[in-house]
Amino acid sequence: MPEYAAHEYDVLIVGAGGAGLRAAIEASAAGVSVGLVCKSLLGKAHTVMAEGGIAAAMGNVDDRDNWRVHFADTMRGGQYVNNWRMAELHAREAPDRVRELEAWGAVFDRTNDGRILQRNFGGHRYPRLAHVGDRTGLELIRTLQDHGIHQGMDVHMECTIVSLLKEGDRVVGAFAYEREHGRFKLFRAKAVVLATGGIGRAYKITSNSWEGTGDGHSLAYHAGAELIDMEFVQFHPTGMVWPPSVRGILVTEGVRGEGGVLRNKEGRRFMFDDIPENYRSQTADNEEEGWRYTQGDKNARRPPELLTRDHVARSIMREVKAGRGSPHGGVFLDISWIKERLKNGAEHIKKKLPSMYHQFKQLADIDITAEPMEVGPTTHYVMGGVRVESDTQMSNVPGLFAAGECAAGINGANRLGGNSLSDLLVFGKRAGEYAAKYAKENRLGEVSKAQIDEVARQALEPFERGGSGQGAFQVQHDLQEMMQDLVGIVRREDEMLQALDGLAKLWERARQVGAPGNRDYNPGWHTALDLTHLLTVSEAITRSALERKESRGGHFRDDFPNKDDAYATFNVVSQRGPDGEMQIRREPLKPIPAELKAIIKEMA
Amino acid sequence: MVQQQATFSIWRGDSAGGKTVDYTAEVSEGMVVLDAVHQIQATQANDLACRWNCKAGKCGSCSAEINGMPRLMCMTRLNDLDLTQPVTVEPMRAFPPVRDLVTDVSWNFRVKKKIKKFKPRKPDNPDGSWHMLQGDIDRVQEFRKCIECFLCQDVCHVLREHQMYEEFIGPRYFVYTAALEMHPLDTEDRLPELKQSQGAGLCNITKCCTKVCPENIHITDNAIIPLKERIVDRYYDPLKKLFRMFRPKSEG
Repeated sequence: MPEYAAHEYDVLIVGAGGAGLRAAIEASAAGVSVGLVCKSLLGKAHTVMAEGGIAAAMGNVDDRDNWRVHFADTMRGGQYVNNWRMAELHAREAPDRVRELEAWGAVFDRTNDGRILQRNFGGHRYPRLAHVGDRTGLELIRTLQDHGIHQGMDVHMECTIVSLLKEGDRVVGAFAYEREHGRFKLFRAKAVVLATGGIGRAYKITSNSWEGTGDGHSLAYHAGAELIDMEFVQFHPTGMVWPPSVRGILVTEGVRGEGGVLRNKEGRRFMFDDIPENYRSQTADNEEEGWRYTQGDKNARRPPELLTRDHVARSIMREVKAGRGSPHGGVFLDISWIKERLKNGAEHIKKKLPSMYHQFKQLADIDITAEPMEVGPTTHYVMGGVRVESDTQMSNVPGLFAAGECAAGINGANRLGGNSLSDLLVFGKRAGEYAAKYAKENRLGEVSKAQIDEVARQALEPFERGGSGQGAFQVQHDLQEMMQDLVGIVRREDEMLQALDGLAKLWERARQVGAPGNRDYNPGWHTALDLTHLLTVSEAITRSALERKESRGGHFRDDFPNKDDAYATFNVVSQRGPDGEMQIRREPLKPIPAELKAIIKEMA
Repeated sequence: MVQQQATFSIWRGDSAGGKTVDYTAEVSEGMVVLDAVHQIQATQANDLACRWNCKAGKCGSCSAEINGMPRLMCMTRLNDLDLTQPVTVEPMRAFPPVRDLVTDVSWNFRVKKKIKKFKPRKPDNPDGSWHMLQGDIDRVQEFRKCIECFLCQDVCHVLREHQMYEEFIGPRYFVYTAALEMHPLDTEDRLPELKQSQGAGLCNITKCCTKVCPENIHITDNAIIPLKERIVDRYYDPLKKLFRMFRPKSEG
C-alpha cells in the first residue's frame, strides 16, 4: 500500500506555463476549486523563453489588420490542414486576451500615440505582435502568475504527474510525485486540463528545457485520447550553433522582424532564391523593398526572411548542405547592417533586442551590433497534440481537456511565430472555462485502490534496479541522437523504419532503467520516469511521419518532396489500440464553411 | 581547442548537512558551469540535484554560489574562471538546503503573495485599453526584467547574515513593489506596509544586490532608494506632516 497525500479539486490543471495559468485563472473565476501542478517552480515554465511577441490583430500599427486577415494568415501558414474553427476563434479572441493582460499589469512596448506597439513577424501580413522587447514570454508568464496567485488556486510546485486516473471512460484524477522528497500525491478532480507544453527533448538539438518531454501528449495517449498531426514538428530556423554548449538555444524571429537578414558564406541573401508560389505576391523581390517593409512602409511587401519557419529552416539546410554555410554548420544572421540605415543603429538594436544582445555577448562572445550571428535550425515546437473539441478544448476522453502546445488543431502543418502565445491565452481561457463548467455538472469520480497501487509500483521500479540498471540519461541521450538523425527536418521512409526498430530497442532498455540513490530530489529517477513520455511521443511522430507520404509545413519528406492535394484532406491520428499498440489512422478534415472559405480566397 | 579537464567541488548534502565532493569534467569551448554539472550528473552522479530550465539566463532557476559568488550557472563561462584551481559550486546560502544545489526558496513565493496586487485605474478607452507613453513605462520595464533568480535575496545581508525573514521582504520584492508603485495605471497604496512590516528601512544600501543581478537591474538606485524617498516624504517630511494635521482627510 503506497503512501500518498490526497487532494481534491473541481479542476486540476497540469502545467503552469501560459496555457495552464490562464486556464487556472479562468476556472477560479468561475467559482470552482482549482489545483495547479507545475514541474518546476512557478514562473519558470518554457513560456518564459518566448521572445518575439503575441499575435493579435489589434491594428494599432496598421489599421488594415483585423481578425479576418489573421485567420487567413494562420490557415495559409498551416497549409490548410488546421482546425478552421480554432483558427477562427483564435484570430477573433486574441486582441481581447492581450488587452486583458494589460488590465492585469503587463507593460507592453508602446506606439508613439501611447497604444500597444506591434511588430512584424514571419507569415503575418501586417505588424501584429504585441511585445516587450524580446522578452514577451517573461512578461506574459509573470503577469499571469502575479494575477493568478491572488485568485485562490492551490499551486503544487515541483510536482510531476506520472499517470492520469480513470473511472470507466472518464478521467477522474492524477497521480504525482513531488520532487523535494519524492513523496506521492493523489489528485482527485472532476475535470483535468493538460497544459504541459512540448516535446523538444525528444531531439538532440532543441530550444526546449528539460521539461519538454511530451508529458501531456503521453498522459493523454495512455488514457485513451487521440493525438493528431504528430508528424508536424517545427524546427525553428534560427537557433544558436556555436559554441557547442549553447547549440539549439533560440534566436528570436524578432531579429528578422527588426530588419535582420540571412546570408550564406558568400554574403548572398539566399532567401531571395526560392520564394514559394503561395507567398510570391506578398513577398518583396528586392532588398530595398524588404527593408522598407521592416521600417513600416505600408506599400512595401515583406522580405523573404519573414517567410514561414518551415520554409526558412529548409532554405538554411539547403545552403549548409551545398557547402555555403558558416564555419560551424549554420548561416549568418546579421542585424548589425542596419547601422548603415539608421543612425544610433547599435543603440536601436540593444533597445529592441536586449536579451539577444546579452545572450550572444555572454555565451558566444559575439557583439550583435557589430557582427553577424551564426544560426541554424533547432527543434522548437510541435504542432501535433491532443485532439480537442474546438470550442471547449475537451478531448475524446470525458473530463480530460488540453490547451496550448500539447493540444493540436490551430496550427495545422506549421505554426506562425507569435501564434503560440495567443493560442495559449485564447485556448487556456476556454479550457479553464469549460473544465469548470464540466466540473459543475459532474460528481467527483472514484479511483480504485488497485489503480493507485499499480501506478505507484511502476513509479518506484527504477529504484529496485538501482545503479545496476540501464542509465536513464544514456537512454535519453541515445533517443535524442536517433530522432535527430532519423526523424529530423528531412525524412525518408527507410530511415524512419530504422527509427521504429530503434524505438523498440529503446523501449526495452527503458523498461530496464535503474535509478541510484533515494527519492529525495533525484534527477536520475525523474529522468527515468520521463522516458515513457519521450518514447511515446517519439513513436507517434515517427509513425505519423511515415503515414504522410508528402511534404507539408514542418514535415518534409526527401522521398516525397512535393505537396500532394490528396493529403490536404485529413489529419493523421495516433491512438492506443485495444492490444496496447499504437494505431495510426486518417481522419478526414471537416468541410470549411463558405464564409471562412471566402475570407481565405479574398486574402490570397 | 584542446580538450582539458577541470575539477569541480560540488556541495552534496541535505538539510542534515553535507560536504563538497570533487568531480572531474571534460572542458570544451564555450562551456558554462551548468554544462559541467550536467556532465557530472549524466556520467558520474545521476542523483546530483540541481535546478535548471532555459539555459539562457531567462528563467532564473540555476542560481548557485560559484567560487563564493552568487551567479547563474548557465551564464557563468568556464573560460572566465581559473581552472587551475577546483571550481566550487555551492547552493545559495540564504535559503534552507533541500539537496545538493537545490534550496527551499518557498519563502519568496509566500512574501510575494502578501504584497498588494496591481490595481489599475478605469480604462481610458471603451475597448478596455489605456493610454501610456513609452517614456512613462521605461523605468517599470526595467524592474519587470526580473527573472526571479533570488540571487539578490541570497546576497542581502539582512537575510543572509541577520535572517530577518519575518521583518524584511528583500531586494527582489522591493523591485516588485517599485514596479507596482511606479506603474502609471496603478492606484494602490503600498507605502504603509513597506515602512512597517516589510522593512524598507532595514536596507542600508550597500548595493550588493545590484552587483549580483544577472539582468543588470539597478535595484538599489532605481527601486529601493526611490521607495525609501517616498516613505520619507510621507512620514518624515515636517512640512507635509503639518499640512496633514490641518487637512486630515487628504491623501499623503
